[in-house]
Amino acid sequence: MRVMVVWCPDWSVVAALEEAERSLRSPAAVMHANLVEVCNGPARDEGVRRGQRRRDAQARCPELLLLSANPDRDARAFEPVLGIIEDLRPGVAALRPGLLAVRAPGSWYGTETKAAAVASEALVQGGIWDVRVGIADDLFTAEQAARTADVQSWVVVDEGGSAAFLRGLPVHVLQDEGARGRELVSLLQRLGLRTLGDLADLPGDAVEHRLGTYGAAVRRRARGEDRELFAARTPPPELEADVAFETPLDNVEAITFSVRTTAERFITQLAHHQLVATAVRVEAESEGVVCSSRAWLHPRHFNARDLVDRVHWQLQGAGSTSRVGAALRGRKQAGEVRAPIDRVRFVPETVEPAAAHGEALWGTASDDLVERGVARVQGMVGFEAVRRPVLQGGRSPAARQALVPWGERAVDLRPVDRPWPGRVPGPAPVRVFATPPVAEVVDDAGRDVRVTDRGVVTGELRRFRVREGGESLPWQPVTAWAGPWPTDESWWSAGGGPSARFQVVGADGRAWLLLRAPEGWALEAGYD
Amino acid sequence: MSSSRSLAPLAEPHGQRQSTVEQLRARVAAMEHKVAGEPVPTLPGLTDIVPLHAGSTYAVDSASLALALAAGASRAGEWVGFAGCGDFGAEAAAELGIELSRTVLVPDPGEHWLEVTAALVDVLRVVVLRPPASVTARAAGVLDSRLRTRSAVLVVHGEWPRAVARLSVESSSWFGPTAGSGRLVERRASITVHRGARPPARADLTWPGVHRAREAVREIRVSG
Repeated sequence: MRVMVVWCPDWSVVAALEEAERSLRSPAAVMHANLVEVCNGPARDEGVRRGQRRRDAQARCPELLLLSANPDRDARAFEPVLGIIEDLRPGVAALRPGLLAVRAPGSWYGTETKAAAVASEALVQGGIWDVRVGIADDLFTAEQAARTADVQSWVVVDEGGSAAFLRGLPVHVLQDEGARGRELVSLLQRLGLRTLGDLADLPGDAVEHRLGTYGAAVRRRARGEDRELFAARTPPPELEADVAFETPLDNVEAITFSVRTTAERFITQLAHHQLVATAVRVEAESEGVVCSSRAWLHPRHFNARDLVDRVHWQLQGAGSTSRVGAALRGRKQAGEVRAPIDRVRFVPETVEPAAAHGEALWGTASDDLVERGVARVQGMVGFEAVRRPVLQGGRSPAARQALVPWGERAVDLRPVDRPWPGRVPGPAPVRVFATPPVAEVVDDAGRDVRVTDRGVVTGELRRFRVREGGESLPWQPVTAWAGPWPTDESWWSAGGGPSARFQVVGADGRAWLLLRAPEGWALEAGYD
Repeated sequence: MSSSRSLAPLAEPHGQRQSTVEQLRARVAAMEHKVAGEPVPTLPGLTDIVPLHAGSTYAVDSASLALALAAGASRAGEWVGFAGCGDFGAEAAAELGIELSRTVLVPDPGEHWLEVTAALVDVLRVVVLRPPASVTARAAGVLDSRLRTRSAVLVVHGEWPRAVARLSVESSSWFGPTAGSGRLVERRASITVHRGARPPARADLTWPGVHRAREAVREIRVSG
């Protein structure tokens, strides 16, 4: 079996620079634990080396770009490279980010040299500039061949030529095999063994005796006798589903009717892999261009009917000329979309194992019924008109709750379990006004009550009135009041300013929460 | 949960096993068909003054009473909904024992309030509605006939042409704040329940938590 190895040198630097959108020619190093883990060519030219401390590296090269190590990012960035090679020859094994192996695709491309050329050309077209290819009988030799190759070039070691090729290589090529390799290199150098050939010439049992199994394995590899195999990965399953309309459709009802079977196929396909989708992106294309794309989160997981509903809401929302999520739409214009749609695609954004979402033994039949009923209400008044209340942290009653659209997952909630100094104690108000009405509060002399910068109330609260819909309601005497609870929120983003809250009991025995902001009084909540 | 329940009766005497079977039978019956008129769980403080029955409409004049009527069912594991309550206080609801994950909110149904409420009544156990200013007898009739075939309770916060019982707050007082010091601690309200032609019933309730006031208990003892 012939093996082809593709090596992209300094892959973590390449991946980090691409993520940071910086030029690949700028000197950069990936740091881990304050030491240089990997650096790129320009940095090496300035004298930066692996294992250097941060300040030493910066002393050598002041403009050095320091990037943090992130193995996940490296692996993620390597995925397209695997994809490109997989297109040429299936059975790719990712040895580590930046290094992949595949069975050499010889006869199909004529010769192995041509195959290597095709592979490196495909990768360069895919935007990977620094790529080196090596082909040999075994994995170790192929990797070493790739490491000796030039940029965008290849080295082919002939069949049976592994031992001869490896003979001349210095022992420090083993340094890339981690701490174990570095230790062995140091030992071999102290023993006066400079090349792999020196090691290969030693008798096998003596090497095993002195250097252990690892040393013996290295000797076998250096002799070209190691036939180490690699496990080819199974390409990740294709979970997307799409449906094309021969005649583009411009009616939401028609589209939702036509995507039903595709939605079912999408869900069955996931179920086949024992997965469920908790976040799905719905894309609609018009004349080959994605004209509407939105990610939908589900509090549990999507079924086919949910998906069809999401398509309906998304296209309806995109089509209505009024603001998105307007509570009410006329039924006539509800069905139109802005542009005729010729393709709808479901892309799973988050999939989770189905076992984590199993149903309870007693069943959730009534919950399903509720879901269906609520979906019907959403069909009447719009997706965002039906809400689910959730609690979150905050100081004002309005900030302490969030109304999440039904069928969406709550995201970016403030934590509840923090102290939130400045929040008003006592029972929570029953009525929380989304837009607090303007109010007036005066003292004995009829002057507006204020709170000074030091938190002092300028007078007794005697009477208050609320302005509702442009006209003021009659004055109401205050029988008792408590406060102030001062806060100074979001002063860094020009919001709020120093304000104070008061609990006020009116003559009718009802209590209210009033806010004194710099611009005046407002009625925030009612205890009713 | 189900395993411990199903294993426990094996070790118990015959009579208790019988009662477990009865319980399960009742549960299955409840799952199969919910008859209008069956009792709907309420908070302990309200059970004797306003026992809720499925298929009926109750009118209240205060948001905290509406919340209290919905809380019992939600505590018992039922779904509740609020239509037209744009000023829903989620924290107060949670303090009263309403399970927010089983709460549906339609803050502003607008002109579709009747259809929305009818659809909610189909699937939820208690629906709290704050109707627009004027409700015609016809609209109320449509909803009432829908209710009769369902197992839901409609609680209307506002005016309603026909309601089984009408709860109103006669007087209310807060304890805690004085002039600047203290904070809201406890609310005491006397509630009147009007039920058709019957003489109105009165009860004193305290918040938070909706309990019967202590004085009321003492009075009953004296009179009894």
